[in-house]
Amino acid sequence: MSGDDPVLRSGKVDFGGVAKEINLSYVPEARVGDHVLVHVGFALTVIDEAEAARVFASLQEIAGLDAARAEAER
Amino acid sequence: MKFADEYRDARLVHALAARIAGEADPAGSYHFMEFCGGHTHAISRYGIEDLLPGSLRLIHGPGCPVCVLPVGRIDAAIRLAERPGVTLCTYGDVMRVPGSRGTSLLRAKAAGADVRMIYSTLDALAIAEAEPGREVVLFAIGFETTTPPTALAIRRAAQKGLANFTVFCNHVLTPAAIQNILDSPELRHLGRVRIDGFIGPAHVSTVIGTEPYSFFAEEFEKPVVVAGFEPLDVLQAVLMLVRQVNEGRHEVENQYGRAVRRDGNRQAKVEVAEIFELRKSFEWRGLGLVPYSGLRLKETYAAFDAERRFDVECVSAPDNPACECGAILRGVKRPADCKLFGTVCTPETPMGSCMVSAEGACAAHWTYGRFRDRARKAS
Ligand code: SF4
Repeated sequence: MSGDDPVLRSGKVDFGGVAKEINLSYVPEARVGDHVLVHVGFALTVIDEAEAARVFASLQEIAGLDAARAEAER
Repeated sequence: MKFADEYRDARLVHALAARIAGEADPAGSYHFMEFCGGHTHAISRYGIEDLLPGSLRLIHGPGCPVCVLPVGRIDAAIRLAERPGVTLCTYGDVMRVPGSRGTSLLRAKAAGADVRMIYSTLDALAIAEAEPGREVVLFAIGFETTTPPTALAIRRAAQKGLANFTVFCNHVLTPAAIQNILDSPELRHLGRVRIDGFIGPAHVSTVIGTEPYSFFAEEFEKPVVVAGFEPLDVLQAVLMLVRQVNEGRHEVENQYGRAVRRDGNRQAKVEVAEIFELRKSFEWRGLGLVPYSGLRLKETYAAFDAERRFDVECVSAPDNPACECGAILRGVKRPADCKLFGTVCTPETPMGSCMVSAEGACAAHWTYGRFRDRARKAS
């Protein structure tokens, strides 16, 4: 990350192997190692990893339940 | 990539689709509009419609930023680009959007106009600094996601006192367009479209938050579920909508909590409010004049407004009469309903804006959907 001026704060973002310099003015809370959502060269939001994990677990639960039901019906 | 690959897990996708089929009433019917072009693209790309039960239909909405640019604004941008001394900068897709009589920015460029493709608004700023002899105009388009980057470029230009940088502002607002659709005669009086709920936009909502949708949920009694772009995101949102309809609820729910907060991005909203103000009305391709749906630069930033500096005249011009983009953007028709689809009109030779960007309904259907149609007919 670089730039003391908040307007020019930018950082390297890794897009699955390709690094790009991205403007971080709108995500002052972003820290090195965070996942950010980028649109036309600007980070718009920092990904909430705990929330991502929570939703994903609930999806797996739905899938797991259905699999168990299919098993029981067999 | 993290937070993408796992949301494409085929086993989970099928389990979720089975759950939707199990919970949707086979005798009922569910019509959900995905407002955002990113969703249109994802739905076509992953064949999500094929996974859904017959009682459920997804309707494409007007959320593709390039698609809704009216012919008159494209014509105005072309005239700007043709002025001697002007360098017009814009995003890649915009260059191929048809203006009137088969023109486009790309054609204007081929004919000698100085049109340059940028990745970010700051690229345009850099060009203005590097070439003080040119009048650099940023042809700014898009929804709430691209507005903050334009705002930042303007503030930066003001700080630096850049005299050769202006913005031709065409930024538009999502909630105004949703309201226009819900108020449209096709929905309210003619009954040609039915919408039982909305899949709310992903990136737009990272900026504006989920709050602005409460109005539609309450006033029009339609459920809204904000969703991410991956197949599991879309399917989960569909399941949440089905449940709301089954239970007679109409609330705003957020499937995309990992990226979208209730109040959105405060910094971005403050910046946009500092620099832009509402226009009384703005023309959209397909929707016509929509009240309070577009932004322009405030008086304080008039020095950076291309419309003021160059006296840009925007004359409304008709679409190609054979092109059905207008009806497609309002959810009344589908790409395959257009006679030009896939014959005269392809992504290489787009006749309408919906064929230009990957987020356009026609382009998405051309790239991913047409083979599926054929397979379905054959089977
Ligand atoms: S296929 Fe082409 S001409 Fe037809 S509606 Fe789509 S963009 Fe317009």
